[in-house]
Amino acid sequence: MKQSEFLNVVMPFKDKLYRLAKRLLVSREEAEDATQEILMKLWSKNENIGKYKNVEAFAMTMTKNFCLDRLKSKQAGNLKLVHSNYGDNNSSLQKQVEAKDSLGWVEKIMEELPEQQKLVLQLRDVEEYDFDEIGELLNMKPTAIRVALSRARKTVREKLMQKHSYGIG
Amino acid sequence: MELDRIEKLLEKYLEASTSIGEEKELRAYFSQESVASHLKQYAPMFQYFSAAKEERYTKGLPLKKRNINYRWLSIAAMAVLLFGIYFGKEYQEKKEAEFAYNETKKALTLLADNFSRGTEKVAYLKEFENATQKIYNKN
Repeated sequence: MKQSEFLNVVMPFKDKLYRLAKRLLVSREEAEDATQEILMKLWSKNENIGKYKNVEAFAMTMTKNFCLDRLKSKQAGNLKLVHSNYGDNNSSLQKQVEAKDSLGWVEKIMEELPEQQKLVLQLRDVEEYDFDEIGELLNMKPTAIRVALSRARKTVREKLMQKHSYGIG
Repeated sequence: MELDRIEKLLEKYLEASTSIGEEKELRAYFSQESVASHLKQYAPMFQYFSAAKEERYTKGLPLKKRNINYRWLSIAAMAVLLFGIYFGKEYQEKKEAEFAYNETKKALTLLADNFSRGTEKVAYLKEFENATQKIYNKN
């Protein structure tokens, strides 16, 4: 596969990969690096790319696994350092978030969700994937997806209401 | 009436039983200005989802064109080099053997020449022998 063909295949979903990575890793740079890494991996496999039924789903799964590994190795690495790192990230993000006001709140709330709910919410409400696709990506049964999604949505709504009442009151 | 429908959809939405189309409807409703005041609290949620979808990956892609092939190229070069050394050595040995063969052949022809010269002389000797024999016979 030539470079231009590869780019044609990858272009439609590269932003989705990035958004998924950013949802999990929070930091913009980290997410960009992760996305680049995944795209490079895909490029290096490009002989086989035609064999995959759904390159997008394959790439999304790769991204998800890559980011989760990334988070795991960070946590396993040096807890204290990681923690202060995270604190830094969050505080700068919080500032950004406050600037963007209530939309930022939602982002912040989503950050606090458990990983699986975060993923489900991202894939469904941001990327508009159907349950079959989500099930394939996350290896979940439709009922489990529905439960996770419902919990995630309710949590976001509740926390948003709390913030909202603080904001107004 | 529309409000009624939105409220119902919201309820379904929280139970995660809305379809993608219905969720689109909700996003569309909350993206406009005139949201009913008791539903305003939902607006950031749906607006955020729409906004989040606009985020783009802007970093470049340093696709080295022949990324993997460099590796293969070096492997191929190595193979050629090894073959070269191996066959080169063989060729050289062959050459050496040929040289040695030619030298030996030369030496042997030299020997043979000398031998044949020797036999010529011996032929003279035979002549002499014949002559003496004749003389003896005459006597």
